[in-house]
Amino acid sequence: MIIDDFVLRALAAGLLVALATGPLGCFVVWRRMAYFGDATAHASILGVALSLGFGVSLFAGTLATALAMALLVSALAGRGWALDTTLGVMAHAALALGLVAVSFLHGVRVDLNAFLFGDILTVRGTDLWVMAGGALAVCGLMLWRWEALLTATISEDLARSLGLNPDRERLILTLALALVVAVALKVVGALLIGALLVIPPAAARNFARTPEQMALVSVALAAISVVLGLGASLTLDTPAGPSIVVAASALFALSVITGAVKKGGR
Amino acid sequence: MYRLPDERRRMSALLQARGLSVAYGAAPPVLSHVDFTLSPGEIVTIVGPNGSGKSTLLRALLGMIPGVQGSVTRAAGLRVGYVPQKLHLDPNMPLPVSRFLRLERKLSRDEIATLLMRTGAQGLEARELSTLSGGQFQRVLLARALAGDPQLLVLDEPTQGLDQPGTAAFYRLIEEVRREIGCAVLSVSHDLHVVMSASDRVVCLNGHVCCEGTPSVVSNAPEYRALFGLGTGGALALYQHHHDHGMDHPDHPHDHETCTHDH
Repeated sequence: MIIDDFVLRALAAGLLVALATGPLGCFVVWRRMAYFGDATAHASILGVALSLGFGVSLFAGTLATALAMALLVSALAGRGWALDTTLGVMAHAALALGLVAVSFLHGVRVDLNAFLFGDILTVRGTDLWVMAGGALAVCGLMLWRWEALLTATISEDLARSLGLNPDRERLILTLALALVVAVALKVVGALLIGALLVIPPAAARNFARTPEQMALVSVALAAISVVLGLGASLTLDTPAGPSIVVAASALFALSVITGAVKKGGR
Repeated sequence: MYRLPDERRRMSALLQARGLSVAYGAAPPVLSHVDFTLSPGEIVTIVGPNGSGKSTLLRALLGMIPGVQGSVTRAAGLRVGYVPQKLHLDPNMPLPVSRFLRLERKLSRDEIATLLMRTGAQGLEARELSTLSGGQFQRVLLARALAGDPQLLVLDEPTQGLDQPGTAAFYRLIEEVRREIGCAVLSVSHDLHVVMSASDRVVCLNGHVCCEGTPSVVSNAPEYRALFGLGTGGALALYQHHHDHGMDHPDHPHDHETCTHDH
């Protein structure tokens, strides 16, 4: 059997995303930032409109708007705004604003579906290099700051007493989140990036005994989801991004059942 | 070289604050003009009602938050073991006790076992933090604080959520640990009764230092009674034997034992 190049590129893109969302998604779960991830991801649609309107690279445009959104939400949370409501407002406002902005782009024909739900099968070679850079940057950040991030997540006071600065660690997570959004937009789309951040770690929780195991299992489960989702997409002609998320959800359901059986057996 | 006793005390102090004021944003200061000195080996308890700035003082002394006025000095290379007030741990984080003890620190399996043994939490290595009882949890927090062989143990309301026997047992443990390693102990409490038995000095705080001195001096001070009511008089009888504690430390007199502050 001959595997086409575009399939290999799609697979590589998906695996790169899995590598970045695994460890970062654990922090999203541990810090209850799921909605924060959604708001950041939705802002990327506005980034798409701006990139196409001003003719700059999609990666740079989405990265910039995602980062701006993440920093804005961080700042508002720091000022004591009720985070849940604030995030709700921002997440939906960013998405709606992005969709309206895209509609103003007359000269360009935009396939909105591709940005909302991903278009992994059209990843080009140059995209792949940019994605690899972004994903490896996120992995590098996670590895470099792992112990400090973990300590600040467990207790900000404890972190401060050890000479760490929890605000700086939060900023690093914010930056990593914006990078992941820019990397994953092409793969699962703005609406499903949040799913890829939360579902594999939630499934991994049922198998992991340490934070490090949870991060590694998350990467593995996300990678398996990518392979299964792509496979389904190619054989059943289903949309690739949603298929990946469906696969991840199925793995989550399996992990819950296995976890319950293990507990019952004890 | 000859030094004045007061200066010598300042040179050897672990922690010292001079005229310290702390404010959060534009709000009126939580603490104003606090003077505070902690000497090696001393046990000091900060008491005060809710919102009196106890935890704030602790954080400012440790450099976790900046002051807006005054100064804080810490002994060079001071090793602090910190027991935080509480952890907001998400149950989705799998965190065994042994991994928690190794945060930002390299510890061998034997060292972890020894630490847990010392705080009466032996055998809990593999248990997840979120499954521990209140008492076990505090012992694990204490074990982590002891890991760096601290010169100063700092406890922020360490017995919150423990029942009375649990609280008493925990304070006995802290006294025991202190005897063993000779560290200074700085703790915050809103419960003077239990803490008093172990303290060399009590600092009563309500935005400023109301009064300071041996437990007996503080508990009889009108400022303290105005804050905590008169109900403490009877219970103090239990701790009579500590009233002359100040005599054990002739070289650092309690210069604030008379309370002159007006309310």
